[in-house]
Amino acid sequence: MTQFLSLLLNGLSLGALYALIALGFVIIFKASEVVSFTHGSLLLLGAYSIARLSDRIGFLPAVLAGVALTAAAAFVIERVVINRLRGAPVISLAIVTIGIDIILLTELIRRIGSDILNVPHPWGGKSFRIGDVGISQNRLIATAVAGVLIVAFFLAFKYSSWGVAMRASAEDGETAALMGIRLGRVSALAWIVAGALAAVAALFLVGAPTPGVSAAAYTVALRAFPAAILGGLDSTGGALVGGLLIGLAESFAAGYQDQLLFLGRGFGDVVPYVVMIAVLLVRPSGLFGTKELTRV
Amino acid sequence: MSEATAPAARGATHTARHAATARHRSLLRPLLLAAVLVVLLLAPLYVEEFWLRTGFAVFGAIVGAIGLNLLVGTTGQLSLAHAFFLAVGAISYVYVSGESGGLGTTTLGGLGWPPLVGMVVGVLLAGLAGLVFSPIAARLRGIYLGVASLGLVFIGQHVLNTWTSVTGGFNGRSAPDFSLFGFTFANDNPLLFIAGVPFREAERLWYLGLVLALAAYLFARNLLRSRPGRALQTLRDSEVAASVMGVDVQRYKGRVFLVSSMYAGLSGVLYALSIGSVAPESFGLEVSIQYLAMIVLGGLGSVGGAAFGALFVSALPLVFQRYADALPLVSSPGQGGLNAGEVARYLYGAAVVLVIMFEPAGLAGLAGRFRRRGRDPGGGRATRSSSASTDPSTSSVPSDRPAQGSTT
Repeated sequence: MTQFLSLLLNGLSLGALYALIALGFVIIFKASEVVSFTHGSLLLLGAYSIARLSDRIGFLPAVLAGVALTAAAAFVIERVVINRLRGAPVISLAIVTIGIDIILLTELIRRIGSDILNVPHPWGGKSFRIGDVGISQNRLIATAVAGVLIVAFFLAFKYSSWGVAMRASAEDGETAALMGIRLGRVSALAWIVAGALAAVAALFLVGAPTPGVSAAAYTVALRAFPAAILGGLDSTGGALVGGLLIGLAESFAAGYQDQLLFLGRGFGDVVPYVVMIAVLLVRPSGLFGTKELTRV
Repeated sequence: MSEATAPAARGATHTARHAATARHRSLLRPLLLAAVLVVLLLAPLYVEEFWLRTGFAVFGAIVGAIGLNLLVGTTGQLSLAHAFFLAVGAISYVYVSGESGGLGTTTLGGLGWPPLVGMVVGVLLAGLAGLVFSPIAARLRGIYLGVASLGLVFIGQHVLNTWTSVTGGFNGRSAPDFSLFGFTFANDNPLLFIAGVPFREAERLWYLGLVLALAAYLFARNLLRSRPGRALQTLRDSEVAASVMGVDVQRYKGRVFLVSSMYAGLSGVLYALSIGSVAPESFGLEVSIQYLAMIVLGGLGSVGGAAFGALFVSALPLVFQRYADALPLVSSPGQGGLNAGEVARYLYGAAVVLVIMFEPAGLAGLAGRFRRRGRDPGGGRATRSSSASTDPSTSSVPSDRPAQGSTT
């Protein structure tokens, strides 16, 4: 029971981080019809810049700078490439982000090399106990921060003028444009927000119990893709649910590894994809995605 | 009246000139192809081993790229699972044709059947894997498929690492030499000299690769010109239109998955032969991405383009490696500079972005543009617009529009 509770707690905290990444993924899709495969390397960029800068300017300024840098990188990608390709087929847009991802990832991995960069979190690797149930302080803070950000995001999405503009342009881009909504600006903002969210998630993902920033952080980031797909690519609520589901599934599969040995060691790493494919078999547009209907 | 005849007359001279150039071209093209073929056939007599080995790797990549292009370029199904199907082909070959035995602490299974059987089984099993995945694939639209197929790569990696008795686990296992009815594609057995040149493994594999790549090319080209090929292209442009025309959307999607993964399986077998061993890490996500880069560079939907893209992406790192000393910026591993693989990745990453932004039809589109310009030297601008309207990826936009607009 103790193990179950602790896995549950850890799964939820991991899921909250996945949800942050997946949210960014979803709003990019809603705002610019792009499935952003750059998200993995954006996250790595955030983690890398935080790790490198914190040696020089201290932890908190480094976090702010890292988040800003990642958001800026996302903004530049949107302005330089994505914005010019508006109206291109979805597949071309996805492939162009893969191209950007190749360049960014190659550069980051070259810089990181085989090292593991350490992010000096002030809360360190300590863990927090409630009775017998333990969770690393890093993850606990992560859950709180992610929770606050997610609530803030949903409020902004619902009430702020940006949120309204974005929902309108996702609903019907042409009409929104005719109503005076500047689609370019909406899309740029979506990329900035997504970049920032990815960097925040990166900050916590590379903390305890993970050793630090290495090239492996990229594969961790990729597991947020199933989260977004699972919930439905165009549903922000779905991203949240998907993220939590993926986090829980991964945590349980890793925790009960010994009982699942027939599936092989390290099954926890692929369980997000298994869950995703299982869900897609039943619901091809994800749990909460709008079903595509075609009227002829 | 005279107004009506003038354009007609101009049109007549136009067509006359077209006919003349067409006749001219119809002679030029086979001649060019024949020349290329002769060069490729004679190459092993003159070229050193490095280029032959690179060539064989390129032939393997060409087969894989053509297969992926049928799926992504022709039918518009974004798939990132190509590395997985490659792995199925390679592993099946190694398992079926390899001998069972011990490797360190692990015992490897192997059937020890003739390599030709191994190759056929590899292709068939990869096709089967594609067929098994296709019900999922056929239900998913566009981008959902892209990410779902991403999952397949990771699951495949896990299986490769776990199923040690077949795959050799993390360290992989060596691939048996290929042989055809007693003729081994290895350094000896039998010893062979042609025109005074020793025909060793590299020379023999070169011909194997050439024949298979050529067969793959011809099959795909004929497929595209046939009824199913037209159906697949309609499917890409609009599923609704395709089904209205009587194309069974689900079935065709399943079939194209089957064909594409069979291509991937063959490419995987060739890869195993070219490297001489297989390991899980050779079939990671970056391999899928490389193949995607190949077909984008070559031009989505163009068979010849895929071949050129494969040449570019797969030969680049090897060539850089070889000339690391002579090239600026590139250095051998461990010297602090950029290594060959990194430079190649930068180049094709940038090339993918630039191609999508400025020439969505890729190298094939560029070639077409030059061809048209050569035929009609006066109208540089006009040819430009006509090339834009005929290239597949931009023409899919307007025909996609009504379908998108009518979705709710």
